[in-house]
Amino acid sequence: MPTPPESTEAASSAGARARHAWSSLHGLGPVLGLVVLCVAGFALNHDFATIDNAMNVLTRTAFIGIIAVGMCFVIVSGGIDLSVGSMAALIAGGVILLMNWLGARHVSPTLAVAAGAVFAVVLGALFGLAHGLLITRGRIEPFIVTLGTLGIFRATLTWLSDGGAITLDNDLADAYAPVYYAAFLGIPVPVWVFLLVAVIGAAILNRTAYGRYVQAVGSNEQVARYAAVDVDFTKMITYVLLGACVGIATLLYVPRLGSASPTTGLLWELEAIASVIVGGTALKGGSGSIVGTVVGAILLSVISNILNLTSIISVYLNAAVQGGVIIVVAFMQRRRR
Amino acid sequence: MSASARSVSVSFDGVVKAFGPVRVLHGVSFDLAPGRVVGLLGENGAGKSTLMKILSGYELATAGRVTLDGAPVRFDGPRAAEARGIVMIHQEFALAEDLTIAQNVFLGHEITHHGWLDDRAMRADTARVLKMVGLAASPDTPVRDLIVAEKQLVEIARALQRDARVLVMDEPTATLTPGETERLFALIAQLRADGVTVVYISHKLDEIERITDEVVVMRDGRFVAREPTASLSRRQMANLMVGRELSDLYPAKDPQPQVPPLLRVRGLTVPGWARDVSFDVAPGEILGFAGLVGAGRTEMFEGLMGLRPHRVDTLELDGRPLRIRNPREAARQGLAYLSEDRKGKGLHVHMHLAENLTLMALRRYATPWLHPSAERAALKIAVDEFGIRTGALDIPASSLSGGNQQKLALAKVLHPDPRVVILDEPTRGVDVGAKRDIYFLIQRLARSGKAVVVISSELVELIGICHRIVVMRAGTQQVTLSAEQLTEEALIAHATGIH
Repeated sequence: MPTPPESTEAASSAGARARHAWSSLHGLGPVLGLVVLCVAGFALNHDFATIDNAMNVLTRTAFIGIIAVGMCFVIVSGGIDLSVGSMAALIAGGVILLMNWLGARHVSPTLAVAAGAVFAVVLGALFGLAHGLLITRGRIEPFIVTLGTLGIFRATLTWLSDGGAITLDNDLADAYAPVYYAAFLGIPVPVWVFLLVAVIGAAILNRTAYGRYVQAVGSNEQVARYAAVDVDFTKMITYVLLGACVGIATLLYVPRLGSASPTTGLLWELEAIASVIVGGTALKGGSGSIVGTVVGAILLSVISNILNLTSIISVYLNAAVQGGVIIVVAFMQRRRR
Repeated sequence: MSASARSVSVSFDGVVKAFGPVRVLHGVSFDLAPGRVVGLLGENGAGKSTLMKILSGYELATAGRVTLDGAPVRFDGPRAAEARGIVMIHQEFALAEDLTIAQNVFLGHEITHHGWLDDRAMRADTARVLKMVGLAASPDTPVRDLIVAEKQLVEIARALQRDARVLVMDEPTATLTPGETERLFALIAQLRADGVTVVYISHKLDEIERITDEVVVMRDGRFVAREPTASLSRRQMANLMVGRELSDLYPAKDPQPQVPPLLRVRGLTVPGWARDVSFDVAPGEILGFAGLVGAGRTEMFEGLMGLRPHRVDTLELDGRPLRIRNPREAARQGLAYLSEDRKGKGLHVHMHLAENLTLMALRRYATPWLHPSAERAALKIAVDEFGIRTGALDIPASSLSGGNQQKLALAKVLHPDPRVVILDEPTRGVDVGAKRDIYFLIQRLARSGKAVVVISSELVELIGICHRIVVMRAGTQQVTLSAEQLTEEALIAHATGIH
């Protein structure tokens, strides 16, 4: 088939389009990375491209992804939270203890689970509020505050569980199971919640005055203060939002394990921070993307999924591959600063 | 011939610089005569700083070439330029705050002895260059403890230590007192006698007239003229810069409004900076605050705005008592403050123009969702109203030139429609054309019934636009001069305390 001759006009507009496409490619980096990984995953093992596997990956992504959405706010505002993994463990322990206590008092299992869910979110928000107050009113670096609570939260859980596990009573576990295992329109509940949290997070960050203040504070705190932005309040709320996200992630996660132990949520903070960074948000704050964060979280769990399905690289090296990806992504984004 | 007696000739040949799709230099060609002092003139955005950054290795030219003594050079960083004797002193300082003066002067060029730092030698040499610039500070003083003017002198001292053969100074006197400026001029004369080529970028035409041998004028990224300084009048220089006849710089003064004050301040004290200052501003009035650098004017108004701890005996707005504990309360009461520190406190340089503009009035745009289209529409209006010159609207504030950033900063603090407007150094680092725009804008603000306070280190502009001027010295109010008493001599006398 002959190719139609191209006019110079069309060629130059194609050139302009190509340039435009190239400049918007930068933002699409994580998406491209994800596509490349998926193609590779399919080539290596055809089971990768099944609906079942996709849902499995997304469900596993949901916990880290929900936390990463909250983490995105904290990082954009110029802060950091190292404690989220320990916080998740302590919330899981607290929720199970509360539900068991209610169950022992013959409260209906459904009501006990509902109370536990509310408790998880409230407890997370309160932990976040404590972080926020220590960081703003107490004027302590976020790194130090959350490094401290990282130890406090996990040690408290270990003490509560006597070094073992806090296990959910059986009849409660049955009532609770649908939160993790049920599906709506063929999509598991945790994935729906993840989607909802991401949409709300993106709307707050990009389309509300508060979201703009978060970016302004992270971009230059002094300028924000001079522009009459309530810097302390803005920062504090980012930690409360993150705490609530950790609560939501935890209440989805508890039915899967049925217990909380000193290893629950181990290294989640690293995965959540990595998702945000891989998604194109600068660690120094100021600007960030919820969509990128979601893609970043999926990308990281696709990596471990591929390692599980194939035998090229040992599953034990999962964290190493993820670490390598983080460094490569940071390297590619370096020029944009 | 010793190295220090060598003069270097520089020529630019068709230099082009583009940032993405935006071209800021369109093929600039001219020569710098060796061993002369050249004034580089042009409005904000004319491309002066960009061209000089290319010369001194901070930017790479997109096309064209720079030659040094006839040989083309291409510096991939300021160190490469410094190695060839080209040093630029920036408007924004590049000093490490936590290091001492000596450590800053030798940063990246430390003297070592068998691999160990030779602090004694570095301190001694730092003391030598500090003496040349007339800064009476120990080389061991941390830079953090210096005021802005002293930091500027450290920058110059650092350039001297590098034995610069081509020295580029970008607005070096913007923060200096008259005495320090004199000292700098003596130093420039001495450098010239040593054969150093000095490029002097300034908007102060009287300084250009005094110390330069010739002037090069740029406009809109193009070379316009190169003339001996003596052959041009200040007015001719200004006309070359803007490319048209400049009418009067200042608007004709309106009569002082005879109405009760809008803002009444009695006994304002900001610990460490200002003691017991009292003043009134009426709607429609422009009140000036004069004083030397460090007189406490900025800190006093930062206190009033709730940005610093302060005490006040009486604070009234429209006759009603007022309490301001933080910047939000000040904004809610209709007070607006434009900071003198545009990059550090005034604008989010990495954020987009519209986001900067609407930040202080964001509630107006949140219903509860923000509408980017409404913000963009507001930006279009502000760009017209404030004369912000920009090719695109969808760019970060850092892409604007200094003067246009200043106009954006003004538009931002005025966006919530305040009743009392406090402008701190509103024309700092701004060219003649933009200055005139800002003076006329200040008058428009007053005419619309706002009470306007202008803090400035340029006495001439205060005299040009203000109804009354408060003179401060060392944190205390010296005198309040009315329109008929306003002379430069009187202001200087009160500001320096020789009255």
